Amino acid sequence: MTVGLTHFLFIGAVLFSLGLFAVMMRRNAVGILMGVELMLNASNINFVAFSRYVEHGINGQIMSAFIIVLAAAEAAVALAIVLALFRNFGTANADTVQSLKR
Amino acid sequence: VTADLIFYLLALLTIVPAFWVVLSRNIVHAGFALLFTLFGVAGLYAWLGADFIAVTQLMVYIGGVLVLILFTVMMTRVPQTGRRNRGLDRVVPATVICLAVLALLWKVISGTEWASKGLGEVQPTTAEIGVKFMTDYIFPFEFVSLVLLAAMIGAAILIREGRANGEEEAEPGRDADPELGEDQEVQS
Repeated sequence: MTVGLTHFLFIGAVLFSLGLFAVMMRRNAVGILMGVELMLNASNINFVAFSRYVEHGINGQIMSAFIIVLAAAEAAVALAIVLALFRNFGTANADTVQSLKR
Repeated sequence: VTADLIFYLLALLTIVPAFWVVLSRNIVHAGFALLFTLFGVAGLYAWLGADFIAVTQLMVYIGGVLVLILFTVMMTRVPQTGRRNRGLDRVVPATVICLAVLALLWKVISGTEWASKGLGEVQPTTAEIGVKFMTDYIFPFEFVSLVLLAAMIGAAILIREGRANGEEEAEPGRDADPELGEDQEVQS
């Protein structure tokens, strides 16, 4: 079976589901962030695959470049929030952090 | 045939560590498994002829985001003592929802007639991407740089040591147990 567009879409679907599972199951805030990264990668695979198989251009690749940049910004801010949480609450556990001030 | 074999190897390199990222109990192991997943995704980009995106993935994700994640994991580790709530009560609903999402996506993927034109010829994309950034996508490009600046300032402000009013910082790891930390909180 030759590799086609659906193969890439299926990889994207599996990665997205795994990321969703991590977001719902992880108690550690950094683990939740890892799930978000998996989901962003899944969408990126779809963009690049569509730009290769359907559009034959590079507009999809430019979209995925923007997604990578925004994911980096998101990771920096989210990890800064996790560190601030850890400094104030002594834990990075998303379930035990329930108040806005310590 | 060789190209197909390489694709399946890259797909395995992406999917198998992704399961480990999700299921591993140890968050450090999950972080290192994420390394392999991101590497596999970069390989898939290269397979698709997106050379610039593949290298960007390597530099930004593996060189930047993953290092940040591992630093944060190691800075926020508290020695586990006593009982561990492993969140087993959430396994069933999370599994059901994820399998439902996967089934829905698979139904859409396999049931749609994609307008796939097959693989065109591969050519270097970097120059074309650079031209597009400076012409068609100039506004999103500038906007994204503004977002990066805002994220940088925000991250620096969030983790800066000490507050302006000289409030005492909490000792990291002091009140890992919410019940014990309750009465200390009243004083501050």
